[in-house]
Amino acid sequence: MTTLVFVPLVLAGSLVAGLLGALTGLGGGVVIVPLLVVAFHVNIRYAIGASLISVIATSSGAAAAYVREGFSNIRIAMFLEIATTAGALAGAFLAARLAAGIIAIVFGAVLIISSALSMRRRPAAKSDGPPDRWAIRLRLNSTYPTAHGPEHYEVHHIPAGFGMMFGAGMLSGLLGIGSGAFKVLAMDQVMRIPFKVSTTTSNFMIGVTAAASAGIYLRRGFVAPGLAMPVVLGVLLGSVIGTRILIRAKTTWLRILFALVIVALGIEMIYGGMTGKF
Amino acid sequence: MAQSNAPRSRWNDERVERIMGTLLQTGVIISGLVVLAGGVLYLVRYGPVPVNYENFVPERATVRSIRAIVNNALHGDGRAIIQCGLLLLIATPVARVFFSIIAFALEGDRLYVVLTLIVFTILLFSLLGGAG
Repeated sequence: MTTLVFVPLVLAGSLVAGLLGALTGLGGGVVIVPLLVVAFHVNIRYAIGASLISVIATSSGAAAAYVREGFSNIRIAMFLEIATTAGALAGAFLAARLAAGIIAIVFGAVLIISSALSMRRRPAAKSDGPPDRWAIRLRLNSTYPTAHGPEHYEVHHIPAGFGMMFGAGMLSGLLGIGSGAFKVLAMDQVMRIPFKVSTTTSNFMIGVTAAASAGIYLRRGFVAPGLAMPVVLGVLLGSVIGTRILIRAKTTWLRILFALVIVALGIEMIYGGMTGKF
Repeated sequence: MAQSNAPRSRWNDERVERIMGTLLQTGVIISGLVVLAGGVLYLVRYGPVPVNYENFVPERATVRSIRAIVNNALHGDGRAIIQCGLLLLIATPVARVFFSIIAFALEGDRLYVVLTLIVFTILLFSLLGGAG
């Protein structure tokens, strides 16, 4: 395949991935790596490098829209970013040392878990128990806008949430994904932060987390310009279009379809990793 | 929190976040344009060349270190210009963290100046060549 054929094909594939990622809220990054590895026979390390950079683009690009809604909590984001960026460094360190097959197997497992998490019903996380003293000391408790004025919420289980964020950051640095599903899980299920605050704050954190491992990827030669270029532009364009039509579209069936695609890709990655295909 | 009574141009979280959002979006647009420009040059030059990403051979040194990337980009190398755009993209969230330090300082929030400095240090450590 010549460059002139390869680049448009990858661009188109990334655009669809970015579009679906935005429509389903799963993010495009999660399918870029399997797409490149399975369909385009790209080495998993190049795929991870290109995907990670596209994650920064979508996270930063969406931030302005999220900020306007007034849900994200900059203090929660900044405090937890200590954990996610440290985890991302550890992940990037591992990515350079683990065998490609092992990375593929971990990737497959993460894909399947992510899609399961996306199908989960979301009960309104109720604040429970006594106030967390860390949350008070770190001034994490805040309010978010609702139809009947600002509503107060309290943050719980700070150490557990912080620990999980380290793990989410590590997965991001190891696999080149935003690991938004895990960040949201830590925030709304463990720390009992309202779902809408969790998702927007998670989006804010994804870019910073990815930037922490991107520098290492770049210096280690994981970032191939001829590959990263169509991936970044495609995902970015796709997610912009996706956010525009999100307001009108009913996404339930799309979410289910996308989740099934992700599971299939996950199985493919695990199988490929075990049989030494990568 | 302080959205009801903020008559003077006081620094508060909401205003800071608004500025950050604009900063991030601008960074993405600029870097996207640089990547696009580099991409066109790259396609013109390498269009007919077959691609092979099947085996991992770390990218050439010319597109790995910040200094080499900027140097080669200034000489009109499409690949280096793409990397330049990607560097700008990576720098965008780093810039957000940097401005958060200033914003927290203006708010007089010492605790968060320190917490944000920790994040900023980790990011610089990664970008400028700590752990490899």
